Amino acid sequence: MNQVDVALDQPMINVERRHRDEWSLKAKIIKNKTSYIMIAPYFILFFLFTVLPVLMSMALSFTNFNVLESPKFIGWNNYIRAFLEDDVFRIAIRNTLIFAVITGPISYVMCLLFAWMINEFNGKLRTFLTLIFYAPSISGNAYVIWNYVLRGDRYGILNGILLSLNIINAPIVWMKTEKYVMTFLIIVQLWLSLGTGFLTFIAGLQTIDKSMYEAAAIDGIKNRWQELWYVTLPSMKPQLLFGAVMQITQSFAVADISIQLAGNPSVNYSGATIVTHLMDYGSIRYEMGYASAIATILFLLMVGSNKLIGKLLRRVGN
Amino acid sequence: MINDKVSLKFHFHIKRHRKINRSMAGNVTLFIFMGIAGIFMAIPLVFVVSNAFKPLDELFRYPPTLFPRHITTNNFSDLFVLMSNSWVPFSRYILNTIIITGGGTLGHVIVASLAAYPLAKHDFPGKNLLFSMVVLSLMFTWQVTQVPNYLIISKLGINNTYLAVILPAFAYGLGLYLMKQFMEQIPDSLLESARLDGASEFRIFWSIVMPNVKPAWLTLAILQFQTMWGNTGSQFLRDEQLKPLQYALFQIVNSGPARQGAAAVVTLIIAAVPIIFFLIFNSSIIETMTTSGMKE
Repeated sequence: MNQVDVALDQPMINVERRHRDEWSLKAKIIKNKTSYIMIAPYFILFFLFTVLPVLMSMALSFTNFNVLESPKFIGWNNYIRAFLEDDVFRIAIRNTLIFAVITGPISYVMCLLFAWMINEFNGKLRTFLTLIFYAPSISGNAYVIWNYVLRGDRYGILNGILLSLNIINAPIVWMKTEKYVMTFLIIVQLWLSLGTGFLTFIAGLQTIDKSMYEAAAIDGIKNRWQELWYVTLPSMKPQLLFGAVMQITQSFAVADISIQLAGNPSVNYSGATIVTHLMDYGSIRYEMGYASAIATILFLLMVGSNKLIGKLLRRVGN
Repeated sequence: MINDKVSLKFHFHIKRHRKINRSMAGNVTLFIFMGIAGIFMAIPLVFVVSNAFKPLDELFRYPPTLFPRHITTNNFSDLFVLMSNSWVPFSRYILNTIIITGGGTLGHVIVASLAAYPLAKHDFPGKNLLFSMVVLSLMFTWQVTQVPNYLIISKLGINNTYLAVILPAFAYGLGLYLMKQFMEQIPDSLLESARLDGASEFRIFWSIVMPNVKPAWLTLAILQFQTMWGNTGSQFLRDEQLKPLQYALFQIVNSGPARQGAAAVVTLIIAAVPIIFFLIFNSSIIETMTTSGMKE
C-alpha cells in the first residue's frame, strides 16, 4: 500500500520539481546574461567550425556524397568498404597505430625527461636548451631539411656519412625503400614532437615548491631519480595529463612529414597514414562520404585513446 | 661589514642548498646525455642555417659538409630575383600574410579571452558542459573536420576570401583552454571590489582581468601566430592575389634543383620567424604553461 503511494507520488514530485528547476534555470540564464554575451562570439564560431563539422562528418559518413550529386544514405557501406575492401586503408590504419604506439609514448617520455633535465640547468643555459629542443616543433616546414639528410643519392648526408665510413658501398634511396620509410618517419616525427606538452612540463617543473625537496631529503630521498619519482611526478599530475593529450593527439595526426618526405602516394603506400588517406579521398578524389567515414574513425580513435590514457594516468599514484 | 658577512653566509647556504641529492657523477652523465641529445636536435637546424649560405655546388657535394666552405649571400639575391619576377608582386603575398596572421591572431586573442573570463570566474548554467567540449576539441586535430568545414565555409559564402582562413582560427580550442586556466588564478577579491565600485563585467574584463593575464595573451598570440604563419590557405584561397607568403615560398621550395639555393633561404626564413618570436616571449609562455594542467 505504502509502496504504491510512493510510486504514485513520484511523478507528481518530479513534474513539480522539474517545473521549478526550469523556472529557476530560466531565471539563472537571465541573471547571467552578461556571461552569455561574453562567451557568444567564441562559442558561435566554435559550434560552427568544430562541433557542427564533427556531427556533419558523422552524418555524411553514412552517405555516398561526392559534391556533385546530393548525398544518398548507404548505411554502413563506407565503413564496410574501409575495413574489408580498402587495402590501403588497412596499411594506413596500421601505420597510424604504429605512430601512436611508438612515437606517442616515446615522445611523451622525451618531453618529460628533457624538460626535467633542462630544469637542472639555470638561467641562460636553460633558455638555450629549451629553445634547441622546442625549435623543431615550431619551425614550420623546416623538416623538409630531412630531405637533404635522407636524399637517395650520394650527396645526401646520411648516405655521405655511411659511404665515407664504408658501411655501405652504394647510396640507398632511403625514402623509396619500403622497409626504411616508417623508421625514418618515426625519427623525424620524434624530432618534431617536443611541442606544447614539452613546454607544459618545463613550466610545471618550475612551479614545484622547493621546500618539498628539502622535506623529501630529510625523509631519506637519496638521489635525483627518487626525487623525480616520489616528489616531482606526483606533484605535477595535471600537467602530465595535459601533456599526454597533446602528445597522443599529435601522434595520430602524422601526415605532412609523410607527404613531404615519402611522397603521396608513398612507395607501396609504406608511409600512408589515416590522415594522408583522408586527404587523398577528401581533397583529391572528392569522395566526401567515404572521406567522412575515415574522418569519423580517426575522431573516435583520437578521442578514445585520449580518454583511455587519461583514465590510466589519473589512477597513477592514487 | 656585518651585513656583508651575513649575506655571504646566506649566499653560501643557498648554493649548498641547491645541491641536495645531486651527485657529481650524475651531473657529468647529465651533461653528456644532454649534449648528445642536443646535437641530434640541433643538427638539422644547423643545416637549415648553413645551407642558406652555401654556394649551389656545395649543396651537391660529396662528402657533404655541415658548414659552408665559401660563405655566400648569392642564395639571398637569387631569392630576391625570383621574388621580383613572380607573377603576383611579392609584396602582395607579404600583405596577405600580415592580414591573415594579424587578423587571425588578434581576433583569437580577443574572442578567446572574452569567453575565458566568464568560464573562469562566473557561475552560469552550461558552463561546465561548454568547457568540457573545448577540452574534447583538444583531443582531435583539424583534419577530422576538414571535409565539412569546406562545405560550411562554402555555404557561408566566404570561400576564397580571407575570412575563410581567419574566422575558424578565432575559435581554436587550445587558446581558450590556456586562457581560462590562467584566469582562474586571479583572486576573486580583486573582481569583487571592482564590482562594489560599480564596474560592469566588460569593464572588469578590460581593465582588471586583461592587464593581469598579460603572459597568457602573449602566449595565445605567439601560439596562434605560429599556427597562422604555417597556414598556406591552399584549401580555401584559390586566387593567387589572396595567397599568403607561406604558399609562395613553398612554390619556390618545390621548384626543382636549380633553385635549391633560394629554397634553402626560404626554409631558413620559414623557420626563423617563429623561433625568434618564441625567444623574445619565452618567459611569458612558460609562465602561462604553469597553469595549463588538467584538473579532471
